Amino acid sequence: MPDAAVIETSGLEKTYDGVPALRGLDIHVPAGSICGLLGRNGAGKTTTLKILLGMARPTGGTARVFGAPADSPQASVEIRRRVGFVSEEKDLYGSMSVDEIIRFTATFFPRWRTDLEERFVRRFELPRDRKVKALSRGTRTKLALLLALCRGAELLLLDEPTSGLDPAMAEDVLRALVGEVADGRTTILFSSHQITEVDQIADRVAVVDRGRAVLSGPLDELKEGFRRVRLVFDGDAPVPAFRSPGVRRVRRDGAVLSLLTSGGADAVLDEARTLHPVSVDVTPLTLKEIFLETTTED
Amino acid sequence: MTLFVRPNPSSGIPIYLQLMQQVKHAVETGALKPGDQLPGIRPLAEELVINSNTIAKVYRELEHEGVVELRQGSGAFVSQNARARRLAETFRAGRSLMVSTVERLRERGVSEDEIRRLFEAAVAGGRRRAGGRNA
Repeated sequence: MPDAAVIETSGLEKTYDGVPALRGLDIHVPAGSICGLLGRNGAGKTTTLKILLGMARPTGGTARVFGAPADSPQASVEIRRRVGFVSEEKDLYGSMSVDEIIRFTATFFPRWRTDLEERFVRRFELPRDRKVKALSRGTRTKLALLLALCRGAELLLLDEPTSGLDPAMAEDVLRALVGEVADGRTTILFSSHQITEVDQIADRVAVVDRGRAVLSGPLDELKEGFRRVRLVFDGDAPVPAFRSPGVRRVRRDGAVLSLLTSGGADAVLDEARTLHPVSVDVTPLTLKEIFLETTTED
Repeated sequence: MTLFVRPNPSSGIPIYLQLMQQVKHAVETGALKPGDQLPGIRPLAEELVINSNTIAKVYRELEHEGVVELRQGSGAFVSQNARARRLAETFRAGRSLMVSTVERLRERGVSEDEIRRLFEAAVAGGRRRAGGRNA
């Protein structure tokens, strides 16, 4: 089956009491991918997830999940059957034991995966008899993840899934996510501030800034597009007037001219060579640098 | 399987290229021999904790380059002529590296004789470091 979009938003808008949270968001998440949703606080990530779950209604544009409109009440019921959501609050019934809440949740899902339940209880070392409120934060996250995965969800929407987890637990969570997608039946959209993690497991990325997707697409391609170019001149560097598109952040420091380019480093290099630098250095940017470069302080 | 080292996502080299390089290096050194089976996509994704689509891409690209064969239902296997192909590829890459190095030295005003002396010294130095095995 070709790249069917599990999530597709087009010009998505959401305004709360006159304050625009989303101002025309376009994202596309194909089936079987892991998409990282990056953005500064308040950029619109959580709003996006809420709309996809039918927990908030858009004020403009469209959002489709499994091809159906996320804001249609009937479609929404069907969508939520096929989606697992793990949020930062990780709200679970505190006075239930681990086993009780698993049993409780399972009753709502006829396709409950008992095989996965066994596997994750073991791997996540979940104490079946302990009450949820007595669990550490990390263990509660793992439990929330188990509940999302065992329902046979085809789409996982995760809001900061590893926040507050120590590195070993975070790695366990990432490993579980990667394993589920490997079978080809699951798609994941996760928002995260841990850029290294997104770099590690995502094959697509959407960077949201002030309610819009400033970058969106395959991660490898995005990183291919950004380059740092450093030119050293014999004597003072010339005052640059680059005409190539995508040139950002040009800095002149004595004999050195440095700039960032987003897309089309070749055209920039051609222009750069006409200035006759003594040396030309081209280096890639990390995802963190790309993120900082494309997002702004509110 | 301890064949693969965790790739570095922040290194600037795409993860899939790092893994392809690891496989090719293993083929060159003989750590992987023709007919050897590579790990399954899912187990490898879980071991390295990276995206399985990336691993699938690695195996596809390696098949495209003739380093591995993908057998329906069985997995990825090092192809019979993988080592020969790798060595030919390494030689080609070596040649272009040599050409560009010579070019850069010339640009800096190093004479042809000096370039030859540098090259001889480098080869001899390598020989000494290898304990005179190739002397």
